[in-house]
Amino acid sequence: MLEIKNLHVSVEGKEILKGIDLKVGNGEVHSIMGPNGSGKSTLAQVLAGHEAYEVTEGSVTLDGKDLLDMAADERAREGVFMAFQYPVEIPGVSTMEFLKAAYNALREHRGEGEVDAMEFLNLVKEKLEFVKMDKSLLSRSVNQGFSGGEKKRHEIFQMAVLEPSVAILDETDSGLDIDALRIVSEGINLLRNPERSMVVITHYQRLLEHIVPDTVHVLYKGRIIKTGGPELALHLEERGYGELIGEAA
Amino acid sequence: MSSTDQLRELANRDYKYGFVTDIDMESLPIGLNEDVVRALSAKKNEPEWMTEFRLKAYRHWLTMEEPTWPNVHYEPVDYQSISYYSAPKSDKDRPKSLDEVDPKLLETYAKLGIPLTEQKMLAGVAVDAVFDSVSVATTFREKLGELGVIFCPFSEAVREHPDLVKKYMGSVVPYADNFFAALNSAVFSDGSFVYIPEGVRCPMELSTYFRINAANTGQFERTLIVADKGSYVSYLEGCTAPMRDENQLHAAIVEIVALEDAEVKYSTIQNWYPGDKDGKGGIYNFVTKRGLCKEARSRISWTQVETGSAITWKYPSCILKGDESVGEFYSVALTSGRQQADTGTKMVHIGKNTRSTIISKGISALHGQNSYRGLVRVQAGAENARNFTQCDSMLIGEECGAHTFPYIDVRNPTARVEHEATTSKIGEDQLFYCLQRGIEMEDAVSMIVNGFCKEVFRELPMEFAVEARKLLSVSLEGSVG
Repeated sequence: MLEIKNLHVSVEGKEILKGIDLKVGNGEVHSIMGPNGSGKSTLAQVLAGHEAYEVTEGSVTLDGKDLLDMAADERAREGVFMAFQYPVEIPGVSTMEFLKAAYNALREHRGEGEVDAMEFLNLVKEKLEFVKMDKSLLSRSVNQGFSGGEKKRHEIFQMAVLEPSVAILDETDSGLDIDALRIVSEGINLLRNPERSMVVITHYQRLLEHIVPDTVHVLYKGRIIKTGGPELALHLEERGYGELIGEAA
Repeated sequence: MSSTDQLRELANRDYKYGFVTDIDMESLPIGLNEDVVRALSAKKNEPEWMTEFRLKAYRHWLTMEEPTWPNVHYEPVDYQSISYYSAPKSDKDRPKSLDEVDPKLLETYAKLGIPLTEQKMLAGVAVDAVFDSVSVATTFREKLGELGVIFCPFSEAVREHPDLVKKYMGSVVPYADNFFAALNSAVFSDGSFVYIPEGVRCPMELSTYFRINAANTGQFERTLIVADKGSYVSYLEGCTAPMRDENQLHAAIVEIVALEDAEVKYSTIQNWYPGDKDGKGGIYNFVTKRGLCKEARSRISWTQVETGSAITWKYPSCILKGDESVGEFYSVALTSGRQQADTGTKMVHIGKNTRSTIISKGISALHGQNSYRGLVRVQAGAENARNFTQCDSMLIGEECGAHTFPYIDVRNPTARVEHEATTSKIGEDQLFYCLQRGIEMEDAVSMIVNGFCKEVFRELPMEFAVEARKLLSVSLEGSVG
């Protein structure tokens, strides 16, 4: 269970998140929606442990463990995964090499031995099918020369391999055409399970047609101004954010 | 390592040549003059022509000045306070076992996966004059001998193959070439000599590693490689272990001659002691390396991974004289701590349809200063010469520096010369991406840097490449806060 209490976050002295409370139980999928500039991506980055963001107040725990006390890599090894809105290119580092390093870092943290290359290859081949990617991906440099859709599928593929306990998907639908959106969503749905919490950050409702969340939160100016079921997303699709913002103002 | 070599060489010499000299080994005075040069030559039982070569070089050296143009800063070297003949350490001065060796050094050896016996040699532990690798080296030489390949200490070549040495020594790097080359020519200690006969493809990588027991390399190393028509050889120099040496100044010469259709690949991993965190005690590595593609369709390729030394001054170059000859330079230079490197290459196109490629990757961390200095010259007669240069720098942290000094001199209108250069800071976003996947900071830095260097590493022989990657990771430790 991911639990966020009264979270306040600043960047360069400017307060972006102004007291967020959120509980995502095991197996639950929560969606965070909101207009541009509301603080959605900041929330994702803070949860992942990006150092540019300063937490001024509040707490974040995963199964009772204080996440804010951990560096980004420690959080990842504790099971926090973020699918990046803009996946980063690492020239000269093959996807296979990158992912194997990550996978073994996680295993080592759990006190398990490293897997050998053959074993790992078999594992990843299976996971590639989740997002319908070819194994030629593995020898390509991380994200280098990938299309927008490939980058997003690659993120979900990594999630499939690393099997996190909390997955934060930061605008995973942005820049995807209909087909890619369907593949990515199917991948995500396959990864839903009773042990895994997911936070799906999105601007549009269309992703939520494919990944139906348990709960929808609307973030505006650093605060959650409305929480509801999946019908809230549909409501927003029809009426826009204006009405809610009016209420909040 | 060098003291072990010396020990070995002495053992050989006493036996083979009845090493006798009227100058006591320990008594060669510090400093340099004609008598010292003569004494040095006499100690090595050199023929008259070799002594004369040294003296000519010495006299010329006196007229020269130490170059000040490299972008490096160091206290001036007092050439009269150096001993030009390094006598072997006696056993009682050496560590008796690895227990007496700096644990920090041993830790590094362990990280690099160096076997225990080699650790002993590298750390200068007193060992018996006979060890396992001798038999390996002997078998190795026998096998090469069957093919007519000559691979021996330079001093042996002077005695056993004087015609080849006379013909080619100084033909690529003349003694008057530069200050350090002149000094080396006057006082060179030893090195390697390689001759590959016509049409022979050397079946194994020739490595200085194989003869670390068989020769004294020392601080003024001299290497000459001659590849006869249609031959091929791959030569590996150095090793990944941090090598300590009480001699601060190292001024080596490497000359390569490639005749018609011959190909020489020369790979270096240089990891001399870089000094402590303030840069004290590190090696000054002032090296002249040059290859001559003397005849048509010959090919010389330099690949270097430079991670050691306090100061590196080094420009492995190719003179592309033969028509359609090819020169290549692949370099990774890492400067961390207080290290300074001014390194690059010269590609001189003389023949028609000559081609050259330069790929340089400079990495600077902590207070390291890294300069790429390259010259591409296309002479008037070099019709259709082609050069491609790619010069990338990566900065890790705020205090380090990267500098690029490319010189391009084209005298033939049909030439095509391309130069690409980039400088980047190691990406915060790349690091965060790795961290977010659970990879630790140091592993992330090492992975990103190794990726950055991939184009160079793939030019290295397989095992060397694996070592180079490990070395880079170890050298980068502690460079990110």
